[in-house]
Amino acid sequence: MTAVARSPLRLPSSLVLGAALLGLIAAAAIVGIWLTPYDPAAFAVRDRLQPPSALHPFGTDEFGRDVLSRVLAGAHLSLAAGFGAMAISLAVGVPLGLLAAFHRGVTEELIMRAVDLLISLPPVLLGLLVLAVTPPSLGKTIAAVGLVYVPILVRLTRAVALGLLQEDFVQAARARGEGAVPILWHEILPNAWPPIIVECGLRVTFAILLGSALSFLGLGPQPPASEWGLMIAEGRDFLRQAPWICLAPGLSLCVLLVTVNLVGEGLRERLDPQLSGRAHA
Amino acid sequence: MRLAAFLLRRLLGLVGVLLGMSVLIFGIIHILPGNVAYAILGEFATPAAVAQLEAKLGLNDPLPMQYWRWLSALLQGDFGTSIVMSRPAASLIAEALGRSAVLAALAFGLVAMGGIGLGLYGATHRGRLADKLLTLLQFVLIAVPEFFWAILAVLIFAAWLNLLPATGYAPLSDGVLAWGSHLLLPVLVLASGLVAHVARLTRSSTIEVLDSRYVLTARARGLGERRVLWRHALPNALLPAITVLAIDAGLLIGGIVVVETVFAYPGLGRLLVYAIERHDLPLLQVGMMVVTAIYAVANFIAELLYAVLNPRIRVAGAAA
Repeated sequence: MTAVARSPLRLPSSLVLGAALLGLIAAAAIVGIWLTPYDPAAFAVRDRLQPPSALHPFGTDEFGRDVLSRVLAGAHLSLAAGFGAMAISLAVGVPLGLLAAFHRGVTEELIMRAVDLLISLPPVLLGLLVLAVTPPSLGKTIAAVGLVYVPILVRLTRAVALGLLQEDFVQAARARGEGAVPILWHEILPNAWPPIIVECGLRVTFAILLGSALSFLGLGPQPPASEWGLMIAEGRDFLRQAPWICLAPGLSLCVLLVTVNLVGEGLRERLDPQLSGRAHA
Repeated sequence: MRLAAFLLRRLLGLVGVLLGMSVLIFGIIHILPGNVAYAILGEFATPAAVAQLEAKLGLNDPLPMQYWRWLSALLQGDFGTSIVMSRPAASLIAEALGRSAVLAALAFGLVAMGGIGLGLYGATHRGRLADKLLTLLQFVLIAVPEFFWAILAVLIFAAWLNLLPATGYAPLSDGVLAWGSHLLLPVLVLASGLVAHVARLTRSSTIEVLDSRYVLTARARGLGERRVLWRHALPNALLPAITVLAIDAGLLIGGIVVVETVFAYPGLGRLLVYAIERHDLPLLQVGMMVVTAIYAVANFIAELLYAVLNPRIRVAGAAA
C-alpha cells in the first residue's frame, strides 16, 4: 500500500494524455448541452441526407438535422451513462463489500450468495431484463448498467478488506476498542481505495460500452434524444446513402472509449504497479 | 475421490444458481412497475380486455403460486406459448438456439485459437515491431464497440465492395457458400473484441512463465526452445486463458444479442430483443432462463476444466 505515497510528479504518460483528452471531451459535452452550431432537434427537410461540407462538417441526417450538433448534444449522455453507472456500483458495492468482510457469518453469506446469483447472469441480459418491462429511459439504463457491476465491486472490496483486517494496524484499532464504523472508515477504506479506483477506471469503459449497446438496442434514451448508440441504430437504414449518420457518432464513441481506457490504464499504472504485469479480466 | 466431492459441490451450486435465477427472472418481470397485461395489450387497452387476459394468464393468483406453476411446467418441459406468435416457445427457442450455437461455436473457436496464437506470438516476439503492432491492434479492438464494428463491416463488405450479404441468414440447405457468406461477418465481429482480450492475457501470462525459474532450468538442461515452450511454458500459461475464456462466454452471449440484431440473424439474441420489443413476456421469461442456464453450464465446465488442469484449485475450492 505504499503506492499512494510515491512522488506525485511521476505520472504515467497515458494518464496525463488520457486525462487531458477526457477533460476536452467533457468540456465539449457540457457546452454541447446548451450550445451547438445548429439546433440539434430542428428539422430542415430541404437539407436532408447532405454529405459532410463546410456548412455541416458531419453532414445531415434523414430529417436534415445537423449531425455534428447532434453528436455534441448527445456527448453528455454517454459520459453520464458510464460515470453514473460506476457511481451507482461504487455506492452500492463498496458498503456491501465492507459489510461482508466485517460481519462474517450470516450477513456475509447472504451478501455473497446474492452476488454469486447476479454474476451468473450475462451482463447484457441483466440490463435487458431490467429494461424489458418498464419504459426505457436514460436513468434506467444507468441503473441497469450500475447493477451489472455491483457484484464485481462487492467481491473486490470484500477481498481487499479481508486482507486489511488481518493487518497489525487494524488489530491495534480493535484492541483500542474502536467500533466497526471507525475501523472501516479510518483504517480500512483509506487503504482499500487504490485497487477499487483501478477497477473502476477500467470498468468505466465497459459501462459506457454496455450503456451505448443497450441504447443501440432501443433500451436507452428515446428519440429524439441524440444518444450515440441510438443515433447509430437510427442511421442504419441510411447506411448506403448517408454513412456519416452512423460514422460520426460511432467514431466519437470510439474516441471516448479509447480516452477513458487510457485514463483507466494510467490509473492502474500509477496506483498499482504490481498489477500492471498481471492481466486483468 | 476429491474430484468427485468437488464435482458434487459444484453441481449443487449450479442447481442453486439456476433456482435463484428463475426466482430473479420471474420476480423482475412480475414485480417491476408495469402491469404485465398492460405491457402486452398496450397502454390503450380497455379494462375489460386487461381483466380477460389476466384471467387467461392466471395473473390474479398469488405470485408464489404463479411462480410454482411456471417452474413446474418448465421442469416438465413445458416452456409456455409465445403470445405474439401463438407458437410454443420451446420450438421457437430450439430453432433460434441452433442458429445461435453455430454462430457462437465458430466465434468461440476463432477466439480461442486466434487469441492464444496471437498471445503466444506476442510473448515469443516480445518488443519487436510485430508485437507492438499487435498490442496497438488489441487496444483498438477492445475499445471499439461490437455494434460499431458491425456497422463498419456492413458498410465496407456489403455496401461498398458488394462482396457479402449485409444481413439475414441462409440455411445450410441453400448451399455452403450462401450459408457461410451470411455467417462470416457476424462471426468476425463477434470474435473481434474477445480475440484481443484473450491474446492480451495469454501474452502476459506466457511472458511471466517464460521468465520463471523452472523455464530457466529447462533451458539450462539444454532443452530446445520449442520443447521448452510446448512442454513447460504452455500448460501453465494457458490456465489464465481458460478462465478468461469462461468469462468471455458471458461477453459472447451479450455480444450475440447485439450482433444478431445488427445482422438480422434469427438467433436467440434476436428472439429476446424481439420478445422485449413486442412485450412477449412468456417468451422473454423462458428465453432468459435458457440463456442463463447455458451461461451457468459454460461457467461450470470452465471451472471443471480449470480444476482438472490445476489441482490446487480443488483444495482451495474446499475452503471457499
